[in-house]
Amino acid sequence: MSTQTLALDPLLTCRGLVKSFGHVIGLNGADLDLYPGEVLAVVGDNGAGKSTMIKCVAGALIPDTGEITLNGERKDFKRTQDARLQGIETVFQTLAVSPALDIASNLYLGRELRKPGVIGKVFRMLDKKRMRTEASQHLQDLGIGTVQSITQTVETLSGGQRQAVAVARAAVFGSKLIILDEPTAALGVRESARVLQLIKDLRDRGLPVILISHNMPQVFEVADRIHVQRLGRRAAVVTPQTHTMNDVVAIMTGAMTVDEKDQALGPVRSAN
Amino acid sequence: MSNPNSGTIDLAEEFLGRRTPMQRIQVTLHRYPYLSPLVVLIVALIIFTLINPRFVLPGNLSFITQQTVVIGTLAIAQTLIILTAGIDLSIGAIMVFGQMVMANLAITAASNATNFGLPPWLAITIGICASILAGAINGFLIVKLSLPPFIVTLGTLSVFTALTLILFKARTIQGPEMPDLLKVMGVAIKIGSFQLMVGVIVMLVLFAIFTYVLRMTSWGTHIYAVGDDPQAAELSGISTKRVLFSVYVVAGFITGIGAWIYIGRTGAASPNADPSINLDTITAVVIGGTSLFGGRGTLIGTLLGAFIVVVVENGLALAGLDQAYRVLAIGILVIAAVALDQWIRKVRA
Ligand SMILES: Nc1ncnc2c1ncn2[C@@H]1O[C@H](COP(=O)(O)OP(=O)(O)O)[C@@H](O)[C@H]1O
Ligand SMILES: [Mg+2]
Repeated sequence: MSTQTLALDPLLTCRGLVKSFGHVIGLNGADLDLYPGEVLAVVGDNGAGKSTMIKCVAGALIPDTGEITLNGERKDFKRTQDARLQGIETVFQTLAVSPALDIASNLYLGRELRKPGVIGKVFRMLDKKRMRTEASQHLQDLGIGTVQSITQTVETLSGGQRQAVAVARAAVFGSKLIILDEPTAALGVRESARVLQLIKDLRDRGLPVILISHNMPQVFEVADRIHVQRLGRRAAVVTPQTHTMNDVVAIMTGAMTVDEKDQALGPVRSAN
Repeated sequence: MSNPNSGTIDLAEEFLGRRTPMQRIQVTLHRYPYLSPLVVLIVALIIFTLINPRFVLPGNLSFITQQTVVIGTLAIAQTLIILTAGIDLSIGAIMVFGQMVMANLAITAASNATNFGLPPWLAITIGICASILAGAINGFLIVKLSLPPFIVTLGTLSVFTALTLILFKARTIQGPEMPDLLKVMGVAIKIGSFQLMVGVIVMLVLFAIFTYVLRMTSWGTHIYAVGDDPQAAELSGISTKRVLFSVYVVAGFITGIGAWIYIGRTGAASPNADPSINLDTITAVVIGGTSLFGGRGTLIGTLLGAFIVVVVENGLALAGLDQAYRVLAIGILVIAAVALDQWIRKVRA
């Protein structure tokens, strides 16, 4: 296989995902394509099934039918841990941080570091010092940490700081794909700008990002392609170059449809 | 290059700096939930000593530790469960079941129909395994059938109690019928005129082990995470079901040790043993500052809570108050502890 074809193959695909919650239909045959190295924005009205779709990709929900592939291989994630082991990290809309635990424990939750040697292997002792030092370093490196102390419990943090912790966790451990579900919802202007910068940095590192956001200017600033979700399925995929914010809103609400040949269904960014 | 911690301000200072005195207390208690039971215990000890100096005599202090040993041991198991936002109403019934299994299997008198005459170590092991199995049954019902722990253990409380009576009749097995190993937990080591029971040492060792487990292992961290916010824990990659089930199994194990201690402490194995033990363990945990909502609490607090339950009973008895007032005092302490917890939890908002 040449690198040329690799670059054109999607990293992640969803085909015909259906997910219902009793009588409520969350996903109604949703498709998604993510290409290497791109930032894919997912936009749509409340209840369009954005969160449900990325939860399927993240292993937090199991779709009723439909298929998810990663690097061309079919994946049936049963738990978030399955997706995490594949290098997929997600910041869920609900953040999924444990309020009573401190920042370092939250960053390493579910993949704690143990002390080397017998103490770690037999006595299972956590290496709290290393987790704290490294967590602290990570927050600084990412430039999104304005917390006083890494041993502070998350419940004492502001909404924005909690979001920073969740974003940091994803950014530190994501090795293949990072999914952010409304990561700037609780953030002020300055923190939002930092998260956007972080998304660009991740892309420059070659990591693809799926960004769910309601903030059109932000979407148009960072997205390579914009996936518009409507009524549980993909309505269109466009780019900031071919369509305006008003167009995107019109597609979201169903006021406008885009012919398939005018959509950006293939990759637009040459994977570097 | 640079120390990543440099320039960071300690949380406590940061918070204490700009808060009213009440808020400072609130934040401090939130961070160190065992402080309130510590204060209560110290105050109780001082008051009871002033009322009746006999209270601090070594003989009475030995008695207090012996009274605490079973509640304390079972309260370790109860703490693990309550930290997951669960509760175990069947813990006393499991303990009685465990001790009856041990005693009946080890019994040496030929007069008995249920006389198995197993080696004592084997009888004890099987008794502990029976307790583990009982815990596993609780865990299975809670995890697999997604039933609330309160309802499950309310049911198994009756089930285990009935099972004990059906299997072992209503017969109390007296000390002389049992081999010494079953009664070893009741052996007292003399330190001056203070008598330290082997069971008390075992209880303290269990407290130390599980304090380590809660603070220094992944499993411990996950127990807090699951009790705190199960959805968040699950999304963070923790198998909440596995954690919950394992907690009930481990609680069964601790309760099995408690059963062995109980035989030593009372010198007999009775199917009608202490029906108040269930609630006493919950009382100890709650007074010890562990939140019934899960995710917050310490074993040090529980140890203090267990001592408070016994000290208040004992001290009020020595002060000449009758049983009703002792029960009243414990009731007030429980309500005060829960009210305090509600107030402390508001730090979060
Ligand atoms: N756990 C759930 N139980 C019931 N209905 C749900 C659940 N999760 C999502 N839904 C429903 O599925 C639909 C899609 O929701 P969601 O994916 O959260 O939308 P979005 O993230 O685009 O706002 C909504 O109608 C929502 O009410
Ligand atoms: Mg959503």
